[in-house]
Amino acid sequence: MTDYKNLKLIASSSPHIRSGEDTRSIMLDVIIALIPALCMSVYVFGFQALVLTIISIAACVFWEWAYRKVMKKSSAVGDLSAVVTGMLLAFVCPVSLPWWMIVVGAFFSIVVVKQLYGGIGCNFLNPALAGRAALLACYASAMTTWVLPGEKLALFGSAADVATGATPLAMLKEGSFEALMDTYSVTDMFLGKIGGSLGEVSALMLLLGGVYLLIRKIISWHTPVAYIATVAIICLISAPEGMGAVDYMLYNVFGGGLMLGAIFMATDYATSPVTKPGQLIFGIGCGLLTVFIRRFGSYPEGVCYSILVMNCCTWLLDKYIRPTIYGAPKKEKKEAAAK
Amino acid sequence: MAQAFFGGVHPDDMKAATNEKAIEQIKAPAQVVIPMSMHIGAPCKPIVAVGDKVTIGQKIGEPGGFVSAPIHASVSGTVKAVEPRPFSMGGTMMSVVIENDFQDTVCPDIHPVEDPDSLTPEQLVEIVKNAGIVGQGGATFPTHVKISSGLGKVDYVLINAAECEPYITGDHRTCLERPEQVIKGAALLAKCFGVDKVYIGIEANKQNAADVLNKTIQELKAPVVVEVLHTRYPQGAEKQLVQAITGRQVPSGKLPADAGCCIFNLNTTCSIYKAVYTGMPVVSKVVTVSGSGVIEPKNIECPIGTPITDLFDACGGLKEETYKLIMGGPMMGLAQYDVNVNVGTGTGAMLAFAGDEEKYEAEPHCIRCGKCVGVCPMRLEPVFMYKYLMKGDVDTWQNRLHGMDCIECGACTYICPARLPLIHAFRMGKQKVNNARMAAKAKAEAEAKAAEKKEA
Repeated sequence: MTDYKNLKLIASSSPHIRSGEDTRSIMLDVIIALIPALCMSVYVFGFQALVLTIISIAACVFWEWAYRKVMKKSSAVGDLSAVVTGMLLAFVCPVSLPWWMIVVGAFFSIVVVKQLYGGIGCNFLNPALAGRAALLACYASAMTTWVLPGEKLALFGSAADVATGATPLAMLKEGSFEALMDTYSVTDMFLGKIGGSLGEVSALMLLLGGVYLLIRKIISWHTPVAYIATVAIICLISAPEGMGAVDYMLYNVFGGGLMLGAIFMATDYATSPVTKPGQLIFGIGCGLLTVFIRRFGSYPEGVCYSILVMNCCTWLLDKYIRPTIYGAPKKEKKEAAAK
Repeated sequence: MAQAFFGGVHPDDMKAATNEKAIEQIKAPAQVVIPMSMHIGAPCKPIVAVGDKVTIGQKIGEPGGFVSAPIHASVSGTVKAVEPRPFSMGGTMMSVVIENDFQDTVCPDIHPVEDPDSLTPEQLVEIVKNAGIVGQGGATFPTHVKISSGLGKVDYVLINAAECEPYITGDHRTCLERPEQVIKGAALLAKCFGVDKVYIGIEANKQNAADVLNKTIQELKAPVVVEVLHTRYPQGAEKQLVQAITGRQVPSGKLPADAGCCIFNLNTTCSIYKAVYTGMPVVSKVVTVSGSGVIEPKNIECPIGTPITDLFDACGGLKEETYKLIMGGPMMGLAQYDVNVNVGTGTGAMLAFAGDEEKYEAEPHCIRCGKCVGVCPMRLEPVFMYKYLMKGDVDTWQNRLHGMDCIECGACTYICPARLPLIHAFRMGKQKVNNARMAAKAKAEAEAKAAEKKEA
């Protein structure tokens, strides 16, 4: 029979079972969800898209490792969150960005925005978007040079070698509606055969990734749906003259970084509210700001800044949008109201 | 279909290992160790001495207060020792050790109630009290206190057969094999509380048990209704069961009776049946012995006080790699550090883990995913509760985040991808709040005394 005396027993607090999902598996799921969009980028912009993404990932992982090494903290590279940041950072930069610039952006994302605030889960800004904002401030020209779709950039080539042009949103901003509709059809917009940041072009592929994340329950529908719906509704009711309301709405929804932002950035755990109603408000706020920046701001694109601004409001939403606990004293409330 | 409660998780239920195995009687253990505390409240005083002969059902422990229940011998034989022994709730507890004489002599005082149908509520309370019946879901609150405090206040009587914890199948088997005990016990409660119907809550993954119960209800024409509930943990938690069946919510910090509900565990109901129809107090328990460390998982009925090693022996023993023994379910059970503990009235399962169930993170980092907020059946915010507690801010935790409302079901900790020790932290928080309350009470008493002295 079993020798019970020799058992080495662990006594710990319940529960004694854990779900199989951990931080690493979540990050892996996000990486998987980003792959269709990356494939489309390679198809549209050539292999330089892949190279820039890999450089960005390597830089983010390196900065994460190096910072924690220097600060004598435990290594956190294994959770794969730096890989996700690296992919997203590359996705929001133009494919023609010089490689060393993205390394600088990675430093800002990982060291300044993430690690200096305490590492994973403690940053209040989305690292990839904050990195993009920093790059835009430092290298405005390189960050706003858009390679035209189908212009295959040579590996390590510069934007000077290929044709560049305005993004659909820039054309919208200028009011050149007819030129826009001649250049890019709605189908082009949906499939991603347009100019723009590396990973944001294909609404279809990003939606595929979003559906995967929803099925895997990595994200909830609240933020993306609230975000995209807000943008769509405002565009529908406020279309400028010279363009049909539906067309205007579709170009706005499929153009720019809206899909990427709504599905992958605004749903970032660390920088968005934890409650579902809070996430709805967060999404609506992002949508309003995005439309306002696109319409009235000096930039054609507003996704990046709208999410960063809403990131700063997350603590407020978490503080005031809270669930009513089970068994909350309803009677007392009523009595108080009666008085 | 019943309503949903807030939140909840879906752990792998692992019930297939034992849910088709009939309840087996264990080979009588050579000795049983009966702890003098099998209920919350004051422990009992042993009323037997070393050398005394005892019989099955004979009272050996006298209640130590109002919220207490007597304890009875579960085998016949000789009292070998009355001394502190290792206890499943931690530490040691005064226990009566009985050496089995294998005669199974039943105490002569035990006889069924002559006319069960004419019992008044007061008589039933008295029977339940003398039979030492306590809530057998794990909290072990004395049942007679529950009944008498609920009389007149309650319009819903619920029987909890949800059995939402993974692995455990004892209630499932009891429903299948002894439906008459369940239904007749429930009918007694219906009469006692004067309600038209008693509701039995059972999860949808035990449909065959619900069918058997329904058949028995028809045969007996009993005032009982089976409510099939969503299969989701913690469906069997008292407050969640109330919400799922009645749609009501138990007010924060109050008891189900304050929402007009009284809830009895399935085993408790069977014990009431036995006490009335056979006169036998609580002397045995159905225990599910399961988990990756058990060679042959089984449902076993054994006398109270059976050493857990006897249970494992009856299941072919344990694997060498076994690293954890849990009394109760994997979500809320107590990990045992000593193998020399014994089956109590609240023991529904004994689990042994030898696989990769334990997932431990040495340096967990919250990623603020908010999953804990989504699954909390009490609609609390574990993510912030944990952060404030780690900063030592018990005040915010208690007052703003309602930390004391946590039912410790473990759903947040189960789902947490960062593997934070959330529930463990909340238990410590509760401890701190309770300590502060005790200290404040002691201080107030001391001040009152000092004031009295001055006046004198």
